[in-house]
Amino acid sequence: MINKRYRLIGKGNIKETFIEENVSTENILVRPTYLSICASDQRYYNFDRPPDVLQKKLPMALIHEAMGTVVYDPLQHVAVGQNVILVPLLQNVDDKIVAENYKTENFFRSSGYDGFLQDIVSQPRDRAVIIPNGLANETLAFTELMSVAVHSIKRFLAKSHSNRGILGIWGDGNLGFILTLLLKKMCPDSRVVVFGLTREKLNLFTFADDICLVSEVGNIRVDHAFECVGGNGSKYALNQIIDIINPEGCISLLGVSEDPPSVNTRLILEKGLLLVGNSRSSLSDYFTVLDLLRCNHDIIGYLQCLVSSVCRIRCVADIHFAFASDLTKEFGKTILKWEI
Amino acid sequence: MVYAEILAGGTGSRMGNTEVPKQFMKLGSKPIIIHTIEQFVVHDKIDQIIVVVPKAWINNTKDLIKKYIYQAEYIAVIEGGPTRNESLVNGIEWIEQNNGINDEDIIVTHDAVRPFLSYRIIADNITAAQQYGAADTVIPAVDTIVMSKNNSEIFEIPIRGHMYQGQTPQSFNIKLFKQTYLKLTETEKEILTDAAKIMVIKDKVVKLVFGESYNIKVTTSYDLILANSILENLL
Repeated sequence: MINKRYRLIGKGNIKETFIEENVSTENILVRPTYLSICASDQRYYNFDRPPDVLQKKLPMALIHEAMGTVVYDPLQHVAVGQNVILVPLLQNVDDKIVAENYKTENFFRSSGYDGFLQDIVSQPRDRAVIIPNGLANETLAFTELMSVAVHSIKRFLAKSHSNRGILGIWGDGNLGFILTLLLKKMCPDSRVVVFGLTREKLNLFTFADDICLVSEVGNIRVDHAFECVGGNGSKYALNQIIDIINPEGCISLLGVSEDPPSVNTRLILEKGLLLVGNSRSSLSDYFTVLDLLRCNHDIIGYLQCLVSSVCRIRCVADIHFAFASDLTKEFGKTILKWEI
Repeated sequence: MVYAEILAGGTGSRMGNTEVPKQFMKLGSKPIIIHTIEQFVVHDKIDQIIVVVPKAWINNTKDLIKKYIYQAEYIAVIEGGPTRNESLVNGIEWIEQNNGINDEDIIVTHDAVRPFLSYRIIADNITAAQQYGAADTVIPAVDTIVMSKNNSEIFEIPIRGHMYQGQTPQSFNIKLFKQTYLKLTETEKEILTDAAKIMVIKDKVVKLVFGESYNIKVTTSYDLILANSILENLL
């Protein structure tokens, strides 16, 4: 099958590339329906990554958050028309100790391997997660981001001590929003406090137990913390967390920063803190997300507040418009309605 | 039902010295016709595919489909007619004999030698044929079109903004097309080489669907070189 992939070849420059796609019984073919732009896609699109990284990874189709419809299964196991979530992590090697998302041998779409900006995606059949009837919704385009939040919560529950009275989340962006929402469902007995820079954004976290401006923390103390800030703000968030977290607390790191932040290691040692890195997610995390959505019908309602715009994509120029429009927004997810 | 009819009746007289009809020549690793059939196989809105080929190539076509395409049971291979429109009508007659024709049935007809058509073009054709009864795929003309009636002097230069280049698919409500076709005189049938034109001269609305410049017709040796250069197999 001749497939068209929309590959980034230069700063803000996308080329339509025709590829002869192998149709094999290991894969199914999926037509993307809704995709969403992640900050990492923006960094590639705007050439905000180091030149050696860009040199190594491009040309490459962007986008790793997507849902779609099955259009062809050579084995006819999956029905045509079935809605699925597309999982960007493609397993090359299995490991009983190290989770698949930490194995460097595995592939991740839109990070050195073509992402979902394609007419048709040839996807390993186990990496297309069936969306149960009644759940299909454009917000599932960013299930990958939800799975990252779930992955970090599961690791936090596995690695932290059991005194979880107050949990702090630093970051009032998209990831902070989703993490807070899902943390309240997975740890309903904990008091969840969100720390952020902007009162207007914090006011949207109506499901949190409390919100707090980072400039007004006062005497608040937390048992454990999640850092969802990333970028240049990581340093300030991390050092504030280290200051106000109780001894032997667990700090879950989720924010991505290009430059290494300097942190107060003396206090980390004094308090015996546990820092847990989190990146991406495993296939099992997607199933956990779907279980949460099935059992908590309000989640999708809250997630709809995150959809800042739905851009209809009919041509490459529409992709450029969506990326430009997404860049102007401080909050919310830009969804691409894929009709190209 | 939505049917795809792939018209592969030509024998490649414009391809130079080749003895193999152009649709059976290789593009990348497969014959062009297989690439084209696959675009419809992987389209979820297509219920059945009919491939119309010269009589002598029916067995080869069936073999190629079996070789390259999984679950090929819903692809029928039938004999074409002496002209493009007669081949098209052969496909409709096959549908009538095997499935019957319902009021809503749509046929998406496509050149076997246009393997670069996209999912979106097929989807837009189906939607337009359902809404308007007929659809034709076009791209805006880039060059100025010059019209001559005697192959010697300019008769007219039409306004370029009104000019489009026809591609395929051309799609129709099957009943509407058949009724319109049956009204043609024998002379009209001989003159009318384009299926959309049949609808136009009988005052039927034909909706424009925008194609793509990539949706080229591989007719000459030059086209085949171009098609192979469009296709990038470097992953």
